[in-house]
Amino acid sequence: MRKLITLILLVCSLSSSFAGEAAPVAADPALEAKVQSLSEVLRCLVCQNQNLADSHADLAIDLKNQVREMLREGMTEKQVIDYMVERYGDFVLYRPPLKSTTWLLWGAPFLLLLGGLAGLFWLLKRRHAHAEEPLDELDRQAAARLLQG
Amino acid sequence: MRRFLIPLAIFIVLIAFLAVGLRLKPREVPSPFIGKPAPAFVLSQLHQPASNFSPVDMVGQVWLLNVWASWCVSCRQEHPILMDLARHNVAPIIGLDYKDEREPAKAWLAEHGDPYRLSIWDREGRVGIDYGVYGVPETFVIDKSGVVRMKHIGPLTQTVVSEKIIPLVKELNGA
Amino acid sequence: MIPELGHIALIIALTVAVLQGTLPLLGVFTHNGRLMALARTTAFAQFAALAFSYACLLQGFLTNDFSVRYVAEHSNTLLPTFYKVAAVWGGHEGSMLLWVLILATWTVAVAVFSRRLPKEMLSTVLAVMGLISIGFLAFLLFASNPFERLLPAVAEGRDLNPLLQDPGMAFHPPMLYMGYVGFSVAFAFAIAALISGRLDAAWARWSRPWTTVAWVFLTLGIALGSWWAYYELGWGGWWFWDPVENASFLPWLIGTALIHSLAVTEKRGCFKNWTVMLAIMAFSLSLLGTFLVRSGVLTSVHAFATDPKRGIFVLVFLSIVVGASLLLFAWRAPKVGLGGSFRMLSRESLLLVNNVLLAVAAGAVLIGTLYPLFLDALDLGKISVGPPYFETVFVPLMAPMILIMGLAPFARWKAAAASDFPRTLWLLMGVSLLAGIVVPLLMGSWTFLAALGVFLGVWAILASLLALLARGVSRLGSMSLAQWGMVLAHLGVGVFILGVTFVKAYETNSDVKMSAGESTTVGGYTFTFLSINEVNGPNYIAARARIEVSRNGQFDRVMEPEKRIYNVQRMPMTEAAIDTGLFRDLYVALGEPVDQNTWIVRVQHKPLVDWIWWGCLLMAIGGGLAAADRRYRIAARAKSDATAMSSAKA
Repeated sequence: MRKLITLILLVCSLSSSFAGEAAPVAADPALEAKVQSLSEVLRCLVCQNQNLADSHADLAIDLKNQVREMLREGMTEKQVIDYMVERYGDFVLYRPPLKSTTWLLWGAPFLLLLGGLAGLFWLLKRRHAHAEEPLDELDRQAAARLLQG
Repeated sequence: MRRFLIPLAIFIVLIAFLAVGLRLKPREVPSPFIGKPAPAFVLSQLHQPASNFSPVDMVGQVWLLNVWASWCVSCRQEHPILMDLARHNVAPIIGLDYKDEREPAKAWLAEHGDPYRLSIWDREGRVGIDYGVYGVPETFVIDKSGVVRMKHIGPLTQTVVSEKIIPLVKELNGA
Repeated sequence: MIPELGHIALIIALTVAVLQGTLPLLGVFTHNGRLMALARTTAFAQFAALAFSYACLLQGFLTNDFSVRYVAEHSNTLLPTFYKVAAVWGGHEGSMLLWVLILATWTVAVAVFSRRLPKEMLSTVLAVMGLISIGFLAFLLFASNPFERLLPAVAEGRDLNPLLQDPGMAFHPPMLYMGYVGFSVAFAFAIAALISGRLDAAWARWSRPWTTVAWVFLTLGIALGSWWAYYELGWGGWWFWDPVENASFLPWLIGTALIHSLAVTEKRGCFKNWTVMLAIMAFSLSLLGTFLVRSGVLTSVHAFATDPKRGIFVLVFLSIVVGASLLLFAWRAPKVGLGGSFRMLSRESLLLVNNVLLAVAAGAVLIGTLYPLFLDALDLGKISVGPPYFETVFVPLMAPMILIMGLAPFARWKAAAASDFPRTLWLLMGVSLLAGIVVPLLMGSWTFLAALGVFLGVWAILASLLALLARGVSRLGSMSLAQWGMVLAHLGVGVFILGVTFVKAYETNSDVKMSAGESTTVGGYTFTFLSINEVNGPNYIAARARIEVSRNGQFDRVMEPEKRIYNVQRMPMTEAAIDTGLFRDLYVALGEPVDQNTWIVRVQHKPLVDWIWWGCLLMAIGGGLAAADRRYRIAARAKSDATAMSSAKA
């Protein structure tokens, strides 16, 4: 057993996932919940596509500890986020900030919806203007072919 | 007819972006520090625990800050290049020993050679966080007034050194 | 020798695909029946060659032939046989081979089950599928050859990624590919219809069952992947809005729109252009997904070993296939008639609104997924678009869609009136609203999202049940399979929504340091750490903990989470212990050891989490029933097609 644990410790630290963080038996559950929710919207830089909360990478654990410490010192969530952005850029934010380069991102679904519904309305109106449509020539031929076949 | 061409037009734009995207490096995150003052800190030196180092000590010089560690495998890869840089006296190199133990770090330098004017010891990785370090090794070029001018992520290569770092250092020294 | 045979079989398959993609089309244009008949022959021949080639690669895995690079990189003598079979598609090259084999399988299925189609139609469809196959076979042979030799051979292989050594993983990729590739049938039918100019109700009827079956596979594939992530990645997440997940979700959203739009085109002969466009888009997005996963343009947890050469190849192929079909669309679409007319309020218009909502949702996911790339390409900085974005934009789009989903089955075709909706339906909407307000209060924390989720979930379930019962219990027996399918699938949506809502709003967890005798309480259950032991697996060793679960002081069960280390890749793997229940999962995962006797343990209580996958399963079963409807059986087809056509115009 001792050998296995040593091995696990060794492998974990090689893959840089072991660190002192030992999830304190929630000394302060309210704080822990805040740390958790905040680290869910911050991106781990080492492992890429994981948030800090899920990642076991060394840096992610350090950063999570940093978040916990800053919140404990009474900093607001915004201050913590600013701290991270100052160091790692907008890249760490899973919720992209609203700025000139991202208004299209945030506006796109709304614009698409507006465009889609407008197009739909226009189509329905145009269609309404058409009376029942008689079979066109192509359809007639197709039907004839089918009936014979 | 024309409105039925819209999907094709959108698709062509998309393909153009994807084609450009193939040449990008999605894993590299640019440092937000470029053009900003290097964050201040005071840390004890690796070899002389009694004396401290702070970036302020380097004001007036163009210098390199190289983040390394004895446990870092790719640091071994860039090490000869750093040794070369030091030999040619391109610029003083300060080593930031990141999340490391003192003794193995010293032993590592003794074994592989020490290109650094001095190394500082960032045991907790706090300075690393302040500098936005996320993958060791990383190298910063800092100018005379203490402003970060360039950051390279990952091991240095001969090309990066000769095409980017050396010209930049020359330019900054000339200015 | 055998790998070389496999390689030769691939070359033969490519040659056959070239014949399949050209001669039948030539036959169609020159009205040459013999050339057209070649479509079926070549489809069978291509399948045979690919099946043989695949068997050769499988043989390499089963006999540990490490002189084949792909085998050496993805297998190991100690790997259990079951995973050797799954390892064939555990990497890029083998999974591409599986992809073309599945494409050939679909082609043969079309050749067999749709053999009564007019031969121009059938030949064109098979030829289009042959053309697609050419692209992928060329990709395999020139940029991702699975049979490449490794000289000198290595003594031992590098083993399959431990993450993939799991039964869920064994079935996830084949299911997903069945779905992705299945949309190629809908695509081929759409192209054939555009080429022939026969864009009519009969075309919709022919391609409908194929589309639905592909959609069923895609639904199952995505659900399996999500379930696998849930229990295998070790932290209990089930959907991450990762680019690769989005790549599979996009064709699903468009595919969902497509099966509904096809229904309207078949029944009423309208929306033809829109339906064709969706069929083209569903497959195009499948191709785009392939590009995103295999080119490395986006960072993802799922990425294959990437290579820019492969990226360029897939991109060029994507441009040709999609570009040509969109051009064909632009050329043919203006001549397509409008079809049967309908009022502003009718089943058609409601389905159309939901189609728009689904398409907009797909557009939003696509933009969110690619936006970081857009910005980076324009050198405007690097950003991340993650779950907070997708959740923010997705919910407002889905909410009206679910509302309409409950209403639409009651609306009459052509012209609906308020009186179509029974009074009970409005009553049920009231009940759902009430549930949305009250249930979160009972759960102890009221949030708008939880209330909305409960409201929509309950509404989807009640409205679907009413659709079943409204016409009287006595008529249940006369309901067609298609109607049953619709009701089940819509029920599944409700079940899914409730699962997502509860697990998002009410899951609780606790991260604790535990040593023998210590306990923690989560969700009313007390977890006591009993002991930890070393266990030897076939190709790993593990530390296995015994954790006793009790409730109200009563012993409930013992759970045994593991931390594994696989011998070859030395990767620590968390095998969570999960107790699955109807209303909740208990999820226990071992973190790292703190010292000899103390471990970090994560304990989670996840209410209704399994409803997520049951919901997906219901949707898939519903799709299966709909596809099996008698109307689509071959024998009934020829006769009823003509009637469908004339009734569509009536």
